[in-house]
Amino acid sequence: MISAPDVVAFTKEEEYEEEPYNEPALPEEYSVPLFPFASQGANPWSKLSGAKFSRDFILISEFSEQVGPQPLLTIPNDTKVFGTFDLNYFSLRIMSVDYQASFVGHPPGSAYPKLNFVEDSKVVLGDSKEGAFAYVHHLTLYDLEARGFVRPFCMAYISADQHKIMQQFQELSAEFSKASECLKTGNRKAFAGELEKKLKDLDYTRTVLHTETEIQKKANDKGFYSSQAIEKANELASVEKSIIEHQDLLKQILSYPHRKSKGSALCSAETEHAQDQADQVATTSNPDESADADLYTCRPAYTPKLIKAKSTKCFDKKLKTLEELCDTEYFTQTLAQLSHIEHMFRGDLCYLLTSQIDRALLKQQHITNFLFEDFVEVDDRMVEKQESAPPKPSPGRPPSRSLDECPIPQVFISVGSYKSSVESVPIKMEQELGDEEYKEVEVTELSSFDPQENLDCLDMDMKGSISSGESIEVLGTEKSTSVLSKSDSQASLTVPLSPQVVRSKAVSHRTISEDSIEVLSTCPSEALIPDDFKASYPSAINEEESYADDSEGAIHFQASISPPELGEAEEGSLENTLSQTDSSCCIGKESDSLRVPLSTPAPTHSDPDGVVSSPPQRYRQKDQGFHVDFAGENASPSRDNSSEGFPAFELDPSRLLASRDVSKTSLDNYSDTTSNMSSIASTSSDRTPSSAHPTGPSSERHKKRAGQNALKFIRQYPFAHPAIYSLLSGRTLVVLGEDEAIVRKLVTALSIFVPNHSRHAKPVKHWVSSPLHITDFQKWKLIGLQRVTSPAGAGTLHTLSRYSRYTSILDLDSKTLRCPLYRGALVPRLADHRTHIKRGSTYYLHVQSVLTQLCSKAFLYTFCHHLHLPAHDRETEELLASRRASFLKLNLGLVNEDMKVVQYLAELLKLHYVQEPPGTGHPTLRFDYVPSFLYKI
Amino acid sequence: MLPMHLSEINLKTDRTNSATKGREEATLKKKSPLQTIGEEQTQNPYTELLVLKAHHDIVRFLVQLDEYRFASAGDDGIVVVWNAQTGEKLLELNGHTQKITAIITFPPLEVCEEKNQLILTASADRTVIVWDCDTGRQVQKVSCFQSTVKCLIVLQRLDIWLSGGNDLCVWNRKLDLLCKTSHLSDTGISALIEIPKNCVVAAVGKELIIFRLVTPTGESLEWDILEIKRLLDHQDNILSLVNVNDLSFVTGSHVGEMIIWNILDWTVQARECNFWDPSPQLDTQQEIKLCQKPNDISIHHFTWDEENVFAAVGRGLYVYNLQMKRVIACQKTAHDSSVLHIAKLPNRQLISCSEDGSVRIWELREKQQLAAEPVPTGFFNMWGFGRVNKQASQPVKKQQENAPPCSLELIGDLIGHSSSVEMFLYFEDHGLVTCSADHLIILWKNGERESGLRSLKLFQKLEENGDLHLAV
Repeated sequence: MISAPDVVAFTKEEEYEEEPYNEPALPEEYSVPLFPFASQGANPWSKLSGAKFSRDFILISEFSEQVGPQPLLTIPNDTKVFGTFDLNYFSLRIMSVDYQASFVGHPPGSAYPKLNFVEDSKVVLGDSKEGAFAYVHHLTLYDLEARGFVRPFCMAYISADQHKIMQQFQELSAEFSKASECLKTGNRKAFAGELEKKLKDLDYTRTVLHTETEIQKKANDKGFYSSQAIEKANELASVEKSIIEHQDLLKQILSYPHRKSKGSALCSAETEHAQDQADQVATTSNPDESADADLYTCRPAYTPKLIKAKSTKCFDKKLKTLEELCDTEYFTQTLAQLSHIEHMFRGDLCYLLTSQIDRALLKQQHITNFLFEDFVEVDDRMVEKQESAPPKPSPGRPPSRSLDECPIPQVFISVGSYKSSVESVPIKMEQELGDEEYKEVEVTELSSFDPQENLDCLDMDMKGSISSGESIEVLGTEKSTSVLSKSDSQASLTVPLSPQVVRSKAVSHRTISEDSIEVLSTCPSEALIPDDFKASYPSAINEEESYADDSEGAIHFQASISPPELGEAEEGSLENTLSQTDSSCCIGKESDSLRVPLSTPAPTHSDPDGVVSSPPQRYRQKDQGFHVDFAGENASPSRDNSSEGFPAFELDPSRLLASRDVSKTSLDNYSDTTSNMSSIASTSSDRTPSSAHPTGPSSERHKKRAGQNALKFIRQYPFAHPAIYSLLSGRTLVVLGEDEAIVRKLVTALSIFVPNHSRHAKPVKHWVSSPLHITDFQKWKLIGLQRVTSPAGAGTLHTLSRYSRYTSILDLDSKTLRCPLYRGALVPRLADHRTHIKRGSTYYLHVQSVLTQLCSKAFLYTFCHHLHLPAHDRETEELLASRRASFLKLNLGLVNEDMKVVQYLAELLKLHYVQEPPGTGHPTLRFDYVPSFLYKI
Repeated sequence: MLPMHLSEINLKTDRTNSATKGREEATLKKKSPLQTIGEEQTQNPYTELLVLKAHHDIVRFLVQLDEYRFASAGDDGIVVVWNAQTGEKLLELNGHTQKITAIITFPPLEVCEEKNQLILTASADRTVIVWDCDTGRQVQKVSCFQSTVKCLIVLQRLDIWLSGGNDLCVWNRKLDLLCKTSHLSDTGISALIEIPKNCVVAAVGKELIIFRLVTPTGESLEWDILEIKRLLDHQDNILSLVNVNDLSFVTGSHVGEMIIWNILDWTVQARECNFWDPSPQLDTQQEIKLCQKPNDISIHHFTWDEENVFAAVGRGLYVYNLQMKRVIACQKTAHDSSVLHIAKLPNRQLISCSEDGSVRIWELREKQQLAAEPVPTGFFNMWGFGRVNKQASQPVKKQQENAPPCSLELIGDLIGHSSSVEMFLYFEDHGLVTCSADHLIILWKNGERESGLRSLKLFQKLEENGDLHLAV
C-alpha cells in the first residue's frame, strides 16, 4: 500500500534537481492522498516546514539555577549541523516540560535531607515553528553545592522528522537510558567523593572548633560564657549537625540500588567498580566506616580545610560543569555513547526501519543465520535466551489457556515483530518491545507478586482510571488518544486508509496546529510504581530487562491485570471488548507468535512445500507484505528494470546512511520499492527490537567493495559459476596467484559466497604462502595461495595437486579454473554476468537475498523428519534416500548440483544445531569423488 | 618432508590423475605401471574425514579398545585415547620418556569385578606401563628390563602376558615376573604369537623359536618357559608372523619368502618364495635391477581370511590361496612404495596403506576367463623384458596355465596424509582410522551414514528440548 506518509524524503530541497513526480494518473483507489503542504507549492520531498538545521543532532541542556535553561553541548559538535537553529530557545522549551518535580530537601517527617533516586523522564515534543521535533530525556544529577543538591539536565535528540522520533521512540529511549545511566553512575561516584571531602572538612572544622572552645573555657573561669564562646558553641553544634546530615547523604548515595545500572553494557567497567563499593557497603554494618576506608584508600592526598558549617547559597559562585559533576571517565564514555546514538539514528527513517526489520528477521532465523550473515549483527544473548527459555505458563495466568495455546514449544521462537497491534491501538508509544523474553520476564515477574498489592499500588497512582474501561490507552498515551480522536475526524474524508495511515496523518495534522510547542507523548518512567513499592521488590530479578522500558513494563502489567477487572466493571461496552482482545492477545502472544515461524520459517513463500500449515490471518497479511518486499529484492533486477524501462535502480544503504546526501538516482525509479518497504516497515516497526545496533559504515563499505569485486569477477570470468558452486558446496577454492593484492581482493569478494561453519569465524584464509596441508582444507573453504616460482614453490604446487580432489583451483595468472562441473540453476541466478546491477552494495544485497532463500530451503530439508528418519521400521535406507531426492527435486525445485549445495548447507545446519555449545567441535571435511574439469577463458 | 614425492606436477596437465607419482615411480612407470584411479570413485564410501591432532611425532600404532574407542601411540611416547565416532580426544596418557615400541590391550577377566579396559605399552625407555583406559590412570610400571621390549603378547587363557626383547619374560596380571628365558640374541624378538599346547612362537632374526610354557601344577608351583625347537627355514630376517587359522601360521621374511607352517607339529606346509627370484646371473645382466632394491619384496604384513592369506610384499599385494597353495591374485605395484599394513574387510575388500602416504581400497574379483587375453599384470612376468628375452619360449604357455584366476581391483584411494601411513584400524560402524608419520591421525567416514547419524542426533536433540512437534 502506498501512502503519502510512507514515502519519505531522501533529499534536501535545494539538492533535488529532478522533475517533480509525474506519472500517468492512477485509478482512484490507488491514488495517494495529497501531501499536506502541497497547496503551498512544496513537493513532498521538501524539508518539512523548513527546519533550520541540516541534520539530526543531540543537544544537552541544563536548567541552571543561576541563569535558567541553557544549552551545554551538541553532538556532533559542529555549528554547521544546527546552523541558525536557536539552541537557547529550544533549551528553554525542552527544559520546561520536565515534570518529574522531584526535589531533594527535608521531606516532612524526616530529620535529614533525603535524596530521591528519581527515574528519568522521556518526552517527545515538537516545535512546529522551528520545524524541530525532539525526543527529550530528562535526568537529574547531584551536586552538593546546588540548590536541593540537584541539577536538572536533559538530553534531546532533535530531528526535523517527527515520524522518526515517534517510531524510534523505544530505540531512542533505550539508547539514551544507557547514556543517562552512565552519567548518573559517574555522578554518584563524584557526589560521594564530594561528600567525603566535605565530611573531612567538617571533621577537621569540628576538631578546630572544639580545641578553640576548650581554650576559651580554660581562659575564662568566671562562670559565664562570653558571647564569643556561645557563638563558638553554636557553630560547633551546627557543624555536628552538618556532619550527621552529610553522613546520612553519603549513606544514601552509596546505598543506591546498583541493580539499576547492571543492564548497561556501556558502563560495565564502572558497574563492576560500583558493585564492589556497593558490596562493601552491604557487608559492613556502618556505611560510614566503609566510606571512610574508601576515602583513605582512594584519596589519601586530600588535606581537610576549615570551612563554614552553613554553606552559603550564593549566586556568584561558579557551578560545576557537567564534566566535573560526573567523572571525566564517565563523561567521555557518555559522549561516546551519545555519538553512537547520533550515528545509529543518522539517516532516513525509511532506512532505519528497513534495517531494523532486517535484523529482526535475521534474529528469527537463528538456526540458519550463522551460515551467511555477519556475526556482529547477531545478538548471541538473545538467541541463547530464546533457545534456553521456552515460555513457561506462569501460575498467575489461567493455566488452561496457556497450556492450550502453547502445547509444545516450537522449533524456534520468533520475535513477534509481525504481529503489530497497531490496528487496535492507533497511537501507541509504549509498544511492547516484541521480544519474547521481555514478555516472559514481565509476566513471570508479575505473577510472582500478589495481585492485590499490584492493584493497590496502581490504584494509588492511577486515581481510579483502572475502572474506566480504556485503561490501556489512557495510561499509555493519554494525550495521543485525544489527539487521535480529533485528527481522526479531520481526516475522515479518506476512509479506506489503513489505521497506519490514520496515525501518520494524525501526527502531520498536529504539526500545523496552533500550538507552537506541544508534548506529543510523555512517558513518565516508573511513575506508576511508587518508590516504596519499588523498595518492596522481592529481589532485583530482571530489573535490568525491565529497566529500559519501565513504562512498558507498567503498561504491560496493566494490560495483563486489567481484563478480569474490566470484565467485572463494565461488560459489553465497546472499549471493553477492544481492550480485552488486545490484552488477551498480549497474553497469548508467545504461543501465537510461536506458531507462526514454524509454518513459514523463513522467506520461503515461493516454495510449495507440504509442511507449511496455514498461518493466522493477520500474519499472512504481513507476510504478503514481506513477500512483495522480498520479491522486489530477490527477482533479478535486470529483468525487472528492463521490462519497465527504468534504468537500474540502486538502493544504496551507505548513501542513505550518509543522511541528506544527494541521491542522483531519480526517486521515481525506486519509489515503488521504497514505499513498499517503508510501508512494511511502518506496519511492523512497532515491534522491532531495539537492542541491535546497525552495522557501522565501515562494514557497509566493506560489503560494498566485496560486492563490487564479486560483480567484476562474474563479468570477467565465464567460469564464475562452477567456482561459486565450489564455494557453496563446501569444496575449498584455492585462488592461486603471484600478486598478493589481487589475490586478497578476489578472496574478499568471493567470501560473500562462503557458508560459515559457526558464528565465530569465517572459513576464509586470505593469503598463504606455505604448502597447504589436509587440515587447511578442513578449516578453510576459500584460500588465497601465493604462487612461488622458485624451487621452494614446487612443494606448494605438489601438495596442491596431491590434494586436488578436495579443492577447486582458480589460477589467476593463467586465468584457469580446475573444478567439478556445474549444471544447476541456482548459481546463474546468483551470479548472472549479464546482470544490470551496477553497484556493489546492491549486488551484495542480491546475493544475500538469494542465499537467504537457499538457507530456508536447507532448513526445510534439514528439519523434515520423514526425510531423514524412517517412518516405520520396515523402511529401507534406499527408500529414504529416494524420498530425500524427490523432496529436493520436486518440493524445493533443485536440479543437478544444486542439491549438493543444499545438502552441504543441511550438514552444516545439523552440525551447528547438534553441537554443544554451538559453534565448537570439529569441522569435518566432506568431499565427493567427482571428476574435475579445466576451464579456460 | 616428502621424500617420496619429489617431482613437480604441472597443474594444468594433471587433470584426471589424482594419484601422485613420484619421480622414482615415474621412471618405473614404463615397466610396471601403478594402477591408478581417477577422481570418480563411486564405490569409495569414505566421503568425510576428520583430522585428529595430538601427537608430535610419528604415530605408529593404533589399537582398538572397544566398539567406539581406540588408542594411538608413536615416537613421541604418548598414548592418546580417542572416540572413533566423534573424533574427540578422550585421554592422553603420559609416562614414557621415549618412543613406544609395542602396544597391546589387556582385556579384563570375565570373572574379575574390575571391568576397566587395560592397555600395556612398551617403550624404548625400557619400561612397560599398564594403563587404565577408562580413567587414564597409570596402573603399574615395570622398569627392570635389560633391553627394549619390542613385542608384547597376552595369553588370555592363562591370564598372563609375555614381553619380548633380547629375552622373553612371562608376567602375570599383577606384574609379577613369573619366569624368563636366557638371553636369546642382540637383535631381539621381532614377533611373537601364541600357538596351541601352551606354546609361543618367537621370531628372532632368521630363526623361529618355539617355547613351551610350564604352568603350575600340583607338583610345582613354579612357572617355567622352555625352548622346544628352532626352525631355520628362512634365509633372511623374519619380518612378519601371524596365526592364520587353527591349523597353521605363516611367516614372511625380508627376502620375500613366505612359509606356511603346521601349527601343531611346526612343519612346513607350503612355501612360496617366487616373490623373490634369486637369480644372480640375471642380476648382472639386467639394468632394470638397479632400481629393484631387496626391500621391494620384503614381506611386511600378512592378513588372512578362511581361504586366503594376503601378503604385503614390497610395493605389491599378493593373495595366496591356502587350498590351491598358489597365488590367486596379485598387484605388483599396488603403491608407490612399501606397503606397511593391510587388512581384509568382510566384503571381499582389502585395504592397504603404504609409505607413499596413501591408503587404497581393493576388491578381490573373480577374473572372467578370457583365455586369449594376455595378462599384463601376471605374477610371473614380474621381470618383464629381461625374462621374456631370456626365456622367450617358456612364458606364454606358463602364463596361461598360471594366470591368476582372480584379480585385485582398485576401487578407491584415500589421500590425506602427507607422509607414510604407518597403520590403520577399521571400525565396522565408524569407518577407518589411519595414522601416519606426519603426526596426524585421520578418521575416514562414510559421509552418507554420518549424515544420517547427524540427522538422528538432531531429531533426538529436538525431542529432548521438547521442540519436536509431530503433525497428526
